[in-house]
Amino acid sequence: MPVNGILSGVHFMNGDEACAEGAIAAGCRLFAGYPITPQSEIAERMSYRLPQVGGVFIQMEDEIASMAAVLGGAWGGMKAMSATSGPGFSLMMENLGLGMMTETPCVVINIQRGGPSTGLPTLVGQADMMQARWGSHGDYGVIALSPSSPQEAFELTIRAFNLAETYRLPVFVMSDEMVGHMYERVVIDPERIETVERRKPAKPPEKFLLYEPGPDLVPQGMPLFGDGYRVHITGLTHDERGYPVIDAETQNRTVTRLKEKIAHNAAQIISYEERDLDSADIVIITYGIAARTSLGALELARKQGLKVGMLRLTTVWPLPTTKIIELAERIAGFVVPEINLGQVVLEVERVVAGKVPVRCVPHAGGDIHQPEQILHAIEEVLKDAA
Amino acid sequence: MAEVLTKRWKTKHGYLYIQDDECKGCGFCIEFCPKQVLEESDYFNAKGFHPPLVKDALACVNCTFCQLICPDFAIWSIKDPVASNLEPHEEEQNAS
Amino acid sequence: MPLKAKELPAPEILRAESHPMKRYLRTDRLPHIWCSACGLGTALSCFVYALDEMQLDLDDVGVVSGIGCTGRVAGYVNLDSYHTTHGRAIPFASGLKVAKPKKKVIVFSGDGDLFAIGGNHFIHAARRNIDITVICVNNFTYGMTGGQFGPTTPLGSRGTTAPYGNYENPFNLPYVAASCGAVYVARWTSLHARRLKEAMVEAIAKPGFTFVEIISPCPTNYGRRNRLGEGIDELRYYAEKSVIRHGANPKDADLYPGSEILIGKFVELERPTFLEVYEERVMKKNSGR
Repeated sequence: MPVNGILSGVHFMNGDEACAEGAIAAGCRLFAGYPITPQSEIAERMSYRLPQVGGVFIQMEDEIASMAAVLGGAWGGMKAMSATSGPGFSLMMENLGLGMMTETPCVVINIQRGGPSTGLPTLVGQADMMQARWGSHGDYGVIALSPSSPQEAFELTIRAFNLAETYRLPVFVMSDEMVGHMYERVVIDPERIETVERRKPAKPPEKFLLYEPGPDLVPQGMPLFGDGYRVHITGLTHDERGYPVIDAETQNRTVTRLKEKIAHNAAQIISYEERDLDSADIVIITYGIAARTSLGALELARKQGLKVGMLRLTTVWPLPTTKIIELAERIAGFVVPEINLGQVVLEVERVVAGKVPVRCVPHAGGDIHQPEQILHAIEEVLKDAA
Repeated sequence: MAEVLTKRWKTKHGYLYIQDDECKGCGFCIEFCPKQVLEESDYFNAKGFHPPLVKDALACVNCTFCQLICPDFAIWSIKDPVASNLEPHEEEQNAS
Repeated sequence: MPLKAKELPAPEILRAESHPMKRYLRTDRLPHIWCSACGLGTALSCFVYALDEMQLDLDDVGVVSGIGCTGRVAGYVNLDSYHTTHGRAIPFASGLKVAKPKKKVIVFSGDGDLFAIGGNHFIHAARRNIDITVICVNNFTYGMTGGQFGPTTPLGSRGTTAPYGNYENPFNLPYVAASCGAVYVARWTSLHARRLKEAMVEAIAKPGFTFVEIISPCPTNYGRRNRLGEGIDELRYYAEKSVIRHGANPKDADLYPGSEILIGKFVELERPTFLEVYEERVMKKNSGR
């Protein structure tokens, strides 16, 4: 059901702007963020567009405050988001953990840039992937999507909001400077946009337990500030009522569920694009901008008569382990190009468990791979396998 | 949860209530009651503290200071004209 | 020698009586964790009496608190309450307020939470005049973590991390709040319970960023380590040293060992709130959409 104010038709925009439009299409009505290259176009667009749809843009004093305001806005009833890059993402970690522990639906977009530290503010990087996976302290499940184009930035931002509402947690959109700043066609048909609305509690206040999980391990409905449920939200380990209970038994029940609710529902969360997998000897596993250069490598390999396929992850976390294990049964090896010194590749290696070689195609950041680099890795793996 | 007993004294303009076992013996109400209505009891409550004891209920004017300053919600006062304990001459003063 | 119990007028013994303010409290979580003679119980008591006096619909009031002894207030009020991360109650509250503009949002936290780790958020929320009330229980220490000195600990006072006496110049909270743009600034001690309750009523009722500081005893950590005696001795100290001067210049509200404790209402002015200005300068320009 399209909401008013959604942009529609064919547009020429960059990935950042597409994220902003996707958020609005998803029903986001609160953006709390802080300027940071290369994300600022998202904040700028939201500051212009949100008032047009009755939303609120608030530029906070830092990313810590931004994340806190997003959580507050979510419990106040809004679909809320923030957007940042590496340094801000690091500052958000503690309050992201609060979002995980309190199971607060919201979206955080990370337009990754060269790191660590100030790094390369205007240049591409993908080295925050493990931070997205393990960044805050403690155990919890994580969902991280990764667009390879402005069109996908639009679509995956909507999906991120839907996943956040469905599974009740902060969901990451891990984009990067290149996708964020590249201009491409973005086709928007409001009729085809599906959004997931916030689930209200099914039980009256006296019978309702804030964190009583359903069969899908997700709490059953989210009472908002002022709904009469007198909720108590805390970052302390809490029981199903939401009351702090400081013991190992409650910790085991609550925190294990935070992890399990993602693993348990992985099949519905996982998403990827397959290309020429059936005939492939070597499969490229990649995501984001690295997937665009991998297409070049794919063509070069095809020209040399090499059978190469690609598994492009649009959901990076959770990883499509079943698919990878299935491929590992019949192919010669994997090649994993990503603009970092090896992060998602570590998970691929863990899953493949030595059955076939998994070769990392690292890049320290600031630029994209050359297709030849990826092709070279493919040839290496084939040589090892021969 | 053990049943909570409440002591109630009739005061000049209503009632004064004390729940002995809620008290944690801070002494605020006893010391800062403007009419010195209270004193420390010599017995222990369930938590091992000396709860306040009313030594002169009629001195209490239900000013409600004790209920505000009590950190443990152990004491409170309620104005209740019907239950008031005014001496005859005081009633005339009150009425005029 | 106190009179023996039996000679005094005998009270009635009632079985089913309960404290009239219990409707504002999560009684299933009482008794609270605060030490005997800590001022936090008084702060909570004054708060619920303020709510009762205002006769607000309890679904229209939310409490947000950070981490520390005062942070536990959120867990005891029978309201929508949010116990957030250390120092981040105010930005969380800003998000909550923006999402539910018509509701009252009250931040209840301590001196360390609001003015050390949370200082950046405090000054910006005040600057923006976000319509929230911030109640700061200032007991000059980090009580929950064992008594370290904090941003308001008087010069020379001891803390577990200032064994030789605090060597940092502390904040003067009314002055900080006033200079950052708060539209209501008051300071009371937990001894001045009645005036404190009144100040809370005024602060909660008034639109804009309103601030109430509560000087409060911490017998277990601050009092003991500075040989101030029991909690009640700190209250006696407040009685002796407090000077009420409404409208005084908040600059003069500095506290140092032996100084007077300047209390009262320092600031009460009018300023459009964040959302009012947002409505005026932003939303109105989009009303045609």
